[in-house]
This record gives sequence, C-alpha cells and structure tokens, in this order.
Amino acid sequence: MYGFFVFPGKNDSEKEVGLMHIPDGFLDVKTWASTGVASAAVLGWGLKKTRKMLTDKQVPLLGAVSAFIFAAQMVNFPIAGGTSGHLLGGVLAAVLFGPWAAMIIMSVILVLQCFIFLDGGITALGANILNMAVIAPLGGYYVYIFLKRVLKGRAGETAAVFIASLFSVVLAAAAASLELAVSGMAPLGITLTAMLIWHSLIGVGEGLITAAVVKYLERMGIGAGASADFGIAGGESVEK
Amino acid sequence: MKNKAVAVIVLALVVAALLSPWASSNPDGLEKTAEDLGFAEAAVEMLGAPIPDYVFPGIENERTAVAVAGITGTLLTFAVAVGIGKLVTGRNLNKQ
Repeated sequence: MYGFFVFPGKNDSEKEVGLMHIPDGFLDVKTWASTGVASAAVLGWGLKKTRKMLTDKQVPLLGAVSAFIFAAQMVNFPIAGGTSGHLLGGVLAAVLFGPWAAMIIMSVILVLQCFIFLDGGITALGANILNMAVIAPLGGYYVYIFLKRVLKGRAGETAAVFIASLFSVVLAAAAASLELAVSGMAPLGITLTAMLIWHSLIGVGEGLITAAVVKYLERMGIGAGASADFGIAGGESVEK
Repeated sequence: MKNKAVAVIVLALVVAALLSPWASSNPDGLEKTAEDLGFAEAAVEMLGAPIPDYVFPGIENERTAVAVAGITGTLLTFAVAVGIGKLVTGRNLNKQ
C-alpha cells in the first residue's frame, strides 16, 4: 500500500473518465465514513447472496463481463453542453448475473479504478461503491424486473433494459448529490438539479449502449438471465 | 461457457485498445456540476497511482498510452474478478 506514494500524480494532459466518481475532498468525514460502513455491510450481504447463486462455471464469463465493463467505462461519449459521460454498466452486470453478483463486479472495477488509475478518491471509495456498485445495479434491476412483467415480448425486454439502465444512472447521481449536499459542498436543490440534468442525458447513452450490448450478447448465446429471477421473487436462480 | 468468455474478453480488449484512445475528454457530469457550482477546487489527491488517469506512464504518444492502460486494466479486471469469483464459488462448493 505504501508503494503507491511513489507513483506519479495526475497528468497535465488529463484523460478524464470520471462519470460520477467522487474524488477525495468532496465528502466530509461523517459522509465518507458512514457511506464506507454502509457499502461494506451491503457488500458482505451481496457476497453471501452471490455465493448461493453463482456457479463455478459462470466465473470465466463473469470475469470477462467485468473486463468489458471496465473497458467500456473508458470510452467517454460527448453529450450536450461540453460534457461527457460513459457507460456505468451496473444494469448490464445485473441483467446477466443478478444484482448481487453485479455488486461484486462493479466493486472490483471501482477498487481498481481508485488504486490503479487514480479515478475516484480513496476516502470516497465507500460512497462510490454505494452509488455505482450497490444503488445503480440493485435499483436498476428492480425496475428491469418490474418492466419485464409489464412490457411483453422482445421489444418489451429491450425497452425494460433501456429504461432500467437510464434509471440506474439517474438514481446513482441522485445519491451522489445527496452525499455532496450533506458534506456541505452546495445546497441539495441546485446540486441535484445540475447532476440530474447531466446524468439523465448520460443515462440515455447508458440505456442505448446497454440495450445494444445485451442484444449483441444474446446473439452470442449469452442470455440475459431471462428465465432466472436471481432470488428477487424468492424463487430458484440461474441454471446450475 | 469458456468460449463465450473468450469472445467477451476479446470484445473488451478491442474496446480498450481501439475505442478508449478516442474517448471524449470533456468534463463528465460530476466535474461539470462541481465546476458550475464552484466546488471543483475542493478535490484533493491523497495517493498517487501506477497508471494515473488511464495514461500509461513512459509512453510518448498519448493515444497509445491510453490504449496500453486500457488493455492493462481490462486484463487486470478479468484476473481480479475471476479470482474473487473462484473464492466465492469455492466456498459455495465446500458448504454443499
């Protein structure tokens, strides 16, 4: 760990990735400490759930999808107003492996981004995990499950993925706004407004990319867990 | 399942190597908000990192440096996720 001190800091020619990775200095102690404790607790619970549902045969594909989400997160796309966003991937992971395994996938990515790539603060890691590895995949997955029941057919499935992905980004941005406001960075109302404007646009990108990738993977024979409910409704999960 | 994993990892490497160097460098949603609301300067840096900002150190050409960083991160993510996945499912087998 101490070895990291010798590594270089931010480059002048910045390659921004971000999305909503909170850096060090934005959150006060009470906020980063409490989000840290909360995300550690939820992750422990997520690991337990994952242990019950994930099979060893799924592990290589889980690793590959994690790698894909990492790579896709590097590809910022421009949105309006000189701002950019990139895929978050929480709903993509949740649709393929269930929300509990998605928490683990997203946390692995966030931890590596923090310690290897200087993306997201070390003190903000708990908040970033809570927003992007817990709230986004879990919230998005519930919307996906609900919409899949309401909207029928293949078009319905695609619409469910699109809306759930958009929602997941907006939800995570709202959580980040709350943490920033509680830390006294800016009043909640204006922080929330600004964050939600940008992230609903980014969310449209999230929805389009996730829907396209889910379709593409389906054609490769990598199912969207359509028959599995990952224990959400208390039933049995993925085919073993 | 293994063949599908290989196909997805190839896809990930293509994205990392060929798309990430051309990514938009506009500020992201949070940065833009922080700039507009005047708290962007509050950001501090507590630790360095081996590959800061997805630019692999020591490579002149920035797009190449980003591509190499992307490939490194993609493989690293795969390795760590598989390691954790194995730990989790391994315990699963022991319990049954």
